[in-house]
Amino acid sequence: MLDLFNSPEVQEQFSLFLELLPGNIWDTLYSTVLATVFAYIIGLPLGILLVTGEREGVRPLPRWFMAALNFIINILRSVPFLILMILAIPLSRLILGTSVGTNAMIPPLVIAAFPFVARMVESSLREVDRGVLEAAQAMGASPFQIVRKVLLPEALPSLLTSATTVTITILGYGAMAGIIGGSGLGATAINYGYYRTQLVIEYAAVIVLVILVQIIQSIGTRTAVGSDRRITKKGRRKGLRDANRQVSRDKRVPPGAM
Amino acid sequence: MIELRHISKVFPTADGDFQALDDISLTIRDGDIFGIVGMSGAGKSTLVRCINLLERPTEGQVLMDGLLETEDGGPVDLCKLSPAQLRRARRSISMIFQQFNLLMQRTCLKNICFPMEIAGVPKAEAKKRALEYLDIVGLPDKANAYPAQLSGGQKQRIAIARALASNPKVLLCDEATSALDPTTTRSILKLIQDINQRLGITAVIITHEMAVVEAICTRVAILERGHMVETGTVEEVFSNPKTEAGRRLVFPEGANIDKFPVADVVRVVFNGGSSYEPLIASLAIDCGVKVNILGADTRNVNGKAFGSMLLGLPEDKGEAAKAMSYLRAQKDVTVEEVPDYHA
Repeated sequence: MLDLFNSPEVQEQFSLFLELLPGNIWDTLYSTVLATVFAYIIGLPLGILLVTGEREGVRPLPRWFMAALNFIINILRSVPFLILMILAIPLSRLILGTSVGTNAMIPPLVIAAFPFVARMVESSLREVDRGVLEAAQAMGASPFQIVRKVLLPEALPSLLTSATTVTITILGYGAMAGIIGGSGLGATAINYGYYRTQLVIEYAAVIVLVILVQIIQSIGTRTAVGSDRRITKKGRRKGLRDANRQVSRDKRVPPGAM
Repeated sequence: MIELRHISKVFPTADGDFQALDDISLTIRDGDIFGIVGMSGAGKSTLVRCINLLERPTEGQVLMDGLLETEDGGPVDLCKLSPAQLRRARRSISMIFQQFNLLMQRTCLKNICFPMEIAGVPKAEAKKRALEYLDIVGLPDKANAYPAQLSGGQKQRIAIARALASNPKVLLCDEATSALDPTTTRSILKLIQDINQRLGITAVIITHEMAVVEAICTRVAILERGHMVETGTVEEVFSNPKTEAGRRLVFPEGANIDKFPVADVVRVVFNGGSSYEPLIASLAIDCGVKVNILGADTRNVNGKAFGSMLLGLPEDKGEAAKAMSYLRAQKDVTVEEVPDYHA
């Protein structure tokens, strides 16, 4: 075992990995954060429309519009990410003039993630009590006021929880984008580990990805539970305990399952 | 004044249309506390929701005055307003709910500020007014508490403060006390009565509990299966319900008389003041007739005594007739036979 760590090949791979690490982490976080932000810029309004536009919603929209919206989102969600990414290569070229590199990953990630965001937002907003919306309507609130002052604030804890899930999903997608010339931890694992069988680099990159996911999940859960005013102080401590238990359960999931 | 004219509401369902309200017309005068009672499913919630158009009537008019400036100063038909006009009109029609419907992510103070935010009241003024309303509902120390930290009664008080914040003319109460225990119910009713008297706000109260009506209402309407079967002052309806639905609500504990071998059953109704006279004892002493009390229910409505009693008369026709004439001779008492009692 010690021999393995002392072997020059392993040491060489490891030092190469350490050299790549800061840039990789930066690339991964950069693409994840930007893609998440853009996915929300498109997905959040769509998610709101999915809830407010339905027949019983606060601002019903034409049936054909809702049907088309649902159809497009379902189509985009049913195309596997790898395929969608390849289909979106021309888009990157169109917007950024290139189809390789960190920035080129972002358009495919956004295309893949925004329908998912729309559905996540939709399910969070549906959790808001209908009675509260009715109360706001009875007070003479406009549909826009209801969205801004009732729907979004009341659904905040749930929106933050789903934003955490979205961020982690995009992080995972971003790792896959290494295959088509992306960059970051996933690209390193694929390019060095898979193509050149430098297993030390592959595993090290995966371990760092796992750690990043854990950190994002903990921050997300803490923020979500902390923003929830439906639970009292005592309940908040319990909520946090449950959330931590959930995180430690997740830790037992093998890296390959992501 | 609120005037409902020929209101009908039909809900399309999977197995045909369901007529929730059928041609209901009623007038609610300014300053009234108007009770709308009925069994579950009678349509009372639908009716109150038609007043602020949370439910749009299929047919009919909802006329109200003083909400918007009109050319002739007359009442407006809410159903004919544009969405923006309706929103403005709704600011004068507040509503409280069985489930309170507070914003859980806002403090009590912010909840009370909410309708003023919608109406565009400046923040500082809204806060000042919200604190006053907290005081009116008796919870000045809960400004920074979140609804989750309050009891049911306290939540309803905050909801009432929020309802008052838009300076409404009308307060609609949709089963506002149905989720509360009897003591809390009484205190909330007291608060609504207080608001009605002090601020002159017309209140419309939906309930299935007659106790609520007799506690604070001035007028009442009884709904049954989408029809309005009776309406009038609480005294009229309580002392002498004219319809079967009315009697069922006013005297819910109709005695089960199958056990009693009696010939005729009469209902004796006390119309104020005489409930406390020992009528049955006098009947026994004066006429020597022994009647059977099958059921009795007396109430104190607005300081006057009301009630009714079901009496089983003796099988002997002569004695029965004697008892009847004795009862009919009493002041403030009406007697009627109940022919279908054994059916």
